Amino acid sequence: MSADAEVDASRSPASEGLVMGKDGMAALVEVLVRRGFTVIGPTARDGAIVLAELRSADELPYGWGVELEAGRYRLRERQDGAAFANAAGPQSWKSFLHPPRVREWTADRVEGELVLRADSPAPPRYAFLGVRPCDLRAIAVQDRVLTGGAYRDPGYEGRRSGALLIVVECTEPGATCFCVSMGTGPAAGPGYDLVMTEVADADGHRFWVRSGSREGAEILAELPARPADPETRETARAGVTAAADRMGRTMPEADLRELMAGTLDAPRWDDVAGRCLTCGNCTMVCPTCFCTTSEDVTDLTGDHAERWRLWDSCFDLDFSHLHGGPVRASSRSRYRQWMTHKLGTWYDQFGSSGCVGCGRCIVWCPVGIDITEEAAALYDWTRSGRPDPGPEPP
Amino acid sequence: MTTVTPPLPYRVADAWAETADTRSIELVPAGGELAPFSAGQFAMIYAFGVGEVPVSVSALRGRHGGLVHTVRAVGAVSTALYRLRPGDSVGLSGPYGTGWDLEAAAGHDVLVVGGGIGLAPLRPVVHEVLARPAAYGRLAVLVGARTPADLVYRDEIESWRGRARVEVTVDRPGPGWPGAVGVVTTLLDRLDLCPGRTCALVCGPEVMMRHTARDLVTRGLAPQRVQVSLERTMHCATGHCGHCQLGPLLLCRDGPVVGYDRVASLLLVREL
Repeated sequence: MSADAEVDASRSPASEGLVMGKDGMAALVEVLVRRGFTVIGPTARDGAIVLAELRSADELPYGWGVELEAGRYRLRERQDGAAFANAAGPQSWKSFLHPPRVREWTADRVEGELVLRADSPAPPRYAFLGVRPCDLRAIAVQDRVLTGGAYRDPGYEGRRSGALLIVVECTEPGATCFCVSMGTGPAAGPGYDLVMTEVADADGHRFWVRSGSREGAEILAELPARPADPETRETARAGVTAAADRMGRTMPEADLRELMAGTLDAPRWDDVAGRCLTCGNCTMVCPTCFCTTSEDVTDLTGDHAERWRLWDSCFDLDFSHLHGGPVRASSRSRYRQWMTHKLGTWYDQFGSSGCVGCGRCIVWCPVGIDITEEAAALYDWTRSGRPDPGPEPP
Repeated sequence: MTTVTPPLPYRVADAWAETADTRSIELVPAGGELAPFSAGQFAMIYAFGVGEVPVSVSALRGRHGGLVHTVRAVGAVSTALYRLRPGDSVGLSGPYGTGWDLEAAAGHDVLVVGGGIGLAPLRPVVHEVLARPAAYGRLAVLVGARTPADLVYRDEIESWRGRARVEVTVDRPGPGWPGAVGVVTTLLDRLDLCPGRTCALVCGPEVMMRHTARDLVTRGLAPQRVQVSLERTMHCATGHCGHCQLGPLLLCRDGPVVGYDRVASLLLVREL
């Protein structure tokens, strides 16, 4: 939903939404479980906010916030008891919609004939509780990649089409967040079934909830909630507006697509290559990175084979392997591939940016490489009078 | 839109050696048939339990009416394909990718330049032009290989002489090699090229395509009249695995055949 549409929609009573307390959140998880959903949401475990299956709302990370910095992630307790006052954790929803390991098909040799069968188990019906606006956009970005082109990935489509998305708007951005630069948050964009804004202040801990689909409205109608009072709505809106002003990071005010296309020969790539370990963490935590490799296995009889698909990373030397060796041998070229794809060529390939500003790649980089800092350095280089390109390579 | 499905079973109807490390296989359906391929498109060929690789069609219709692919044994999968014998089964999917734009070539002189096994995806073009000579102008086929022993389709190339201008060169001649020596671009000097009415189709190692395309543009061909067929590793051919990127292009989808005008600058960026 665009900002304009929201203003218009807010005139109708339905979009003024409902307000519920923690009991409403408990009821929400119960209703979702009763309706047969596999409910996935944030939990505090192993020193992080971890997405996991919820059996009860008690498992939500009430009272846990996070402290984020380049190469650093820490849980910290919050006095206000908020459940969603924590920015992006190490996982994203792609772990469920585009899982790290998928069996795609099997092949059997039966009396000299080759029998190939799609592996299509019935996908679970997921309800994602606590999708942040940046991640809502990330899901839309992966939708375009995996189902928006000439070929649809049937496994992704099966998991995605049944998924119920419950977005929680962002009121507590992290120091590594830059969703405002990427136009993805902190308010929710289109595509949710329910959206809520968490308020925890002297007037109590409550959630302002609006529906974005018929199914969302049906579920909302089952919850112990009251019509939203203007004060709660105002406080909630103010929290989201304030979050926009508290972004820890920003992208340079430039056309990032042009910036990437025009700086392929920038010396900054050598600089970042001197720091990058090519570990691929950024690609694993990125909510839009979709690349995969294939693995073919056989059983001991030799007559049964399986095709598996696994997450892959453009930082891996084998990623660009062609007979004769890798196309991108240097870490310079591999970091450049990742960043220029994310911010630039993704537009050419899929019609949008590949970056949603969640900041995960900054947090989980073991050496603290910051994509916003790298983009700013490239931008500075273009403005400080870049040298003439040298002669063409032979 | 198409939903991604498993490959279809195809049977090897015929298999024969082209060079010491390169063989051709002709594949016929063994349960469902893929949509027709056009010249320049590729299939994903699955070797049972080993893996899948992209391979261009080297003839659209073989002696048994099947698709012909030419494979050089360089990796695990291509070696498994190299070892196939008549009666063996493979999985096949496709057709994938852009083919050669033969509509653009209609009414024009057609210049085919193939380096090494890069001649394979161009062979259906030669078949097409020879089959319908009235639809095209003059046909010239320039072939380069490392050594005489690495020349694919050697007898067939000889059979094109008379109907097409055929020039062959090798980098390293052996004893008794009567022909030209040097990179394939040196053969361009031998042609009476009419840049304004020529369409060039080029496939070979990337460095060879870059030089050939650049030389052709220097000789007056418009960059969009030079088509090249590019290669990157591929795991899916459906635009989902991300491996075949060349800057803004996904070569399984936007290629493998692209106009040189779209890639000239990309090919100059090292390790793109």
